[in-house]
Amino acid sequence: MTVLPYLVAGWLLVVGLWGAITSRHLVHQVVCLTVVQSSTYVLLLAVGYRSGGYAPIVSSSVPPSSPFVDPIVQALALTDVVVEATVVAVLLALTVQAHKRFGTADPDRLGELSG
Amino acid sequence: MRARPRAVLAVLALAGLAALIAWAAGGLTPFGTPSGPANGVVRTLVHERHAANTVNGVTYDLRGLDTLGEELILFVAALGSAVLLRHGRGEQVDERADEEHESASARTADVLRAAGTALVGPLVVLGVYVVVHGHLSPGGGFQGGVILAAGLLLVYAAGQVVALERVEPTALVEVADATGALAYVLVAVGGLVFAAAALENFLPFGTTGNLLSAGTIPVLSVAVGVEVTGAVALILTELLDQTLLRGGE
Repeated sequence: MTVLPYLVAGWLLVVGLWGAITSRHLVHQVVCLTVVQSSTYVLLLAVGYRSGGYAPIVSSSVPPSSPFVDPIVQALALTDVVVEATVVAVLLALTVQAHKRFGTADPDRLGELSG
Repeated sequence: MRARPRAVLAVLALAGLAALIAWAAGGLTPFGTPSGPANGVVRTLVHERHAANTVNGVTYDLRGLDTLGEELILFVAALGSAVLLRHGRGEQVDERADEEHESASARTADVLRAAGTALVGPLVVLGVYVVVHGHLSPGGGFQGGVILAAGLLLVYAAGQVVALERVEPTALVEVADATGALAYVLVAVGGLVFAAAALENFLPFGTTGNLLSAGTIPVLSVAVGVEVTGAVALILTELLDQTLLRGGE
């Protein structure tokens, strides 16, 4: 299956979006967003994977001429993780504030009360 | 929108999206045979920068400017969540909150306290190791910084909240957050002063595999490590403050 990892990434994206759309709690919704974002990690690492390649860390047993998986997409995945962590932190802070103001964390009922 | 029509609409839209993704996946390079210049990048970083861990070579050298932005994102996000969570904190700090603190720490099981206290030391050592060996082995500033911040979380889990408040971790982590961000910017400016461009690797490269090698890469890794420790610890402290002040609600 040469496309299986890409389909796994697509599946994570779709189930994460489904969870976010049908969510009844803001914290649950934030977790669904992290599932959506984890699909990008799978996609990035899958794009850079080389069959039989080494981790891109050179040592005495792994000379620089060996086949390596792509270090650029791994660095991008690192960026991705950091961005996710920051987004989750700010969203959770907003969730705490929303719960304080409206007394509920159900996204549907937030709209009713503010309107 | 009511739940049922929304679910129907979502199923239709997501089915369409899934079909498009499946179609697109067929057009990607087959798994296991990347077309990118992976080996060229590895050779460049090892021969020209003497960085054994080429992932961090990319992060702190080739993409150093992006990492500067990434680090500032984290800085601003920590600041933002602190501002959001501190708003209106004063009104809730009362006698009741103090009692909650004590009862919360009293409820912590002895096993958890002992294990937590025993693990803090090794965890901090591991975190420092991962930060300073970023250019040699898997890890680096971001990863090690999160491990170090987890040390603080472990202290909370062990129920030493009251003890922690005496040393004012918030002030300390704020300083760490700002210091790390400033150090990264200073190294970036150092590239302008001592070499031709911002974030150019201007320190001696040394021998590949030594602790002091790869020029500015380990310096930036440590700067990021300090900054991430501060930022993640700040976010955790502010979120935990909310829980503790509201009596574990």
